[in-house]
Amino acid sequence: MKLLAIDSSAQVASVAILTEDAVLAEYSVDYKKTHSQTLLPMIDEVMRMTETDPSEIGAIAVAAGPGSFTGLRIGAATVKGLAMVWNVPVVPVSTVAALAANVAGTDAVVCPLMDARRQQVYTGLYGFNGTTIVEYKPDECAEIASVIASVNEFGRPAVILGDAAGIYAERLAKELTVPFTIAPPHLVKQRASSVGWLAFTLLAEGKTVSAEEFVPTYLRISQAEREREERLER
Amino acid sequence: MKGTYILAIESSCDETAAAVVKNGREVLSNVISSQIALHTLYGGVVPEIASRKHIEKINPVITEALAKAKMSLSEMDAIAVTYGPGLVGSLLVGVAEAKAIAYAAHKPLIGVHHIEGHVSANYISHPNLEPPFLCLVVSGGHTHIVMVEDYGTYRIIGRTHDDAAGEAYDKIARAIGLGYPGGPKVDALAKQGDPNAIAFPRAHIEDAPYDFSFSGLKSAVLNYLNIEKMKSRDAAALTRHGVPTGGDAEGTEACPDTFSDGLTKADLAASFQEAVVDVLVTRTIAAAKAQGVSTVAIAGGVASNSALRSRMLEVGEANGMRVVYPEPILCTDNAAMIGSAAYYEFLRSNVADLTLNAVPGLKLGER
Repeated sequence: MKLLAIDSSAQVASVAILTEDAVLAEYSVDYKKTHSQTLLPMIDEVMRMTETDPSEIGAIAVAAGPGSFTGLRIGAATVKGLAMVWNVPVVPVSTVAALAANVAGTDAVVCPLMDARRQQVYTGLYGFNGTTIVEYKPDECAEIASVIASVNEFGRPAVILGDAAGIYAERLAKELTVPFTIAPPHLVKQRASSVGWLAFTLLAEGKTVSAEEFVPTYLRISQAEREREERLER
Repeated sequence: MKGTYILAIESSCDETAAAVVKNGREVLSNVISSQIALHTLYGGVVPEIASRKHIEKINPVITEALAKAKMSLSEMDAIAVTYGPGLVGSLLVGVAEAKAIAYAAHKPLIGVHHIEGHVSANYISHPNLEPPFLCLVVSGGHTHIVMVEDYGTYRIIGRTHDDAAGEAYDKIARAIGLGYPGGPKVDALAKQGDPNAIAFPRAHIEDAPYDFSFSGLKSAVLNYLNIEKMKSRDAAALTRHGVPTGGDAEGTEACPDTFSDGLTKADLAASFQEAVVDVLVTRTIAAAKAQGVSTVAIAGGVASNSALRSRMLEVGEANGMRVVYPEPILCTDNAAMIGSAAYYEFLRSNVADLTLNAVPGLKLGER
């Protein structure tokens, strides 16, 4: 069985075809072109390159969020369309966990940081037991200061990755009291192979949804809803 | 003879819709999931909320459209989708979904202009309608007089310089406490009022006899209301003129039912509507005469406005013209109209590839 994996949660567009023990193809683009235009041609390309017939695809793994609302929805709508026609389940994978999986096997605490604007990041804390991912702190949308405090609290060496790692590099250097490294360029951003690799475990655990059921995990309400709530509280 | 069946998807604003249309004219299903109730809370469409709803609804809506048509995806000849104009986040959901379906099901993909869809709604309601004809396209986002020279060939004759007619309706509805969506609410209230009670201005644009401007009209209505507000404040007249109504939804003003000059809110709504309908009809008919066409169509959300329909019919027929408009369900945003427009694109092999993108500011007649 093959798995198609997709991540369009941030500026990187990434797609991959995997089997349980191999990444047959991975295609990532971190360049200013809209996912709306690139994603499906990229999927077509990896399908062709691996001579994959749609009937071989057993499930579609998708970076379900958090991330750019629009990016997540382009991925979601694409997956919902493909999964509906191919009649396969969808495996939603945490974008943050998938980033952490880029450095699977490390004994450090892994802290992905995705830029959420408004001085916030989408983040979580992960670690590995061998190559099995362990969630230390659930995904959330948080102020960078509170993330730094959590990592310091752990008191263990840390690996930082994600597109906000660079944005907050100075603050991290100044405020982190534990030894840390920022992942190198080939590991620092979203990779569909990581999404797919995690998805195989979730698939085995039966953690799938139908094309119809699948919706992104935003971890943040819309600005209009937030402003309305603030008004109602006053 | 086997027909041509198109599965069409529309998600340009706050309606998630899918339809199956045969040969561009026969609607086998037309499913619309409306979000109006949700956005009423905010006094208008909130793009992020609309986009989130589209993602939730799009698969069920498509499945239902196929089921109601008693057809399967494999029986479709093409997949059509609105790719502009509209809210970019909303459009992207439909476009990404349609592309994925077309790719996975090996079907041609057709990108449709939302307004061409509205115009084409007339093909469904009037099976013998054929170009050329002149069409007034009026909605919350558009006010255009368009010459439909042939299927897929459009020439803009007139356009608004500021607000769209539907936008003016929404703003006035908010100002008099009716809330969102403004068009149907103002239309209903106007039926109880005197359209000649208040002489609101009709803007003429120099050297552009078929263009529109509604900002002056909008200001005149708001001015009238402001003066009333000051008067009622001075006289503590709220109690005398009745308790203000409305004001629950965001941005909706409280407004008394009766004003100091004895006129009612219904008179104001009727007079505002009269000013809008007057310019829309007068300029459309004048443009039709100048273009030498004998058929005039109306399209878009405001095309379901009862005053606009009856006036266009009356003035059009008085000028020896045939006047057509779609049934109300096809005036609102829907996918059947997209399927109709797509059919004529399909016949001309105007097929899109997998890089089709949402174009929020797509111009009419652009490809």
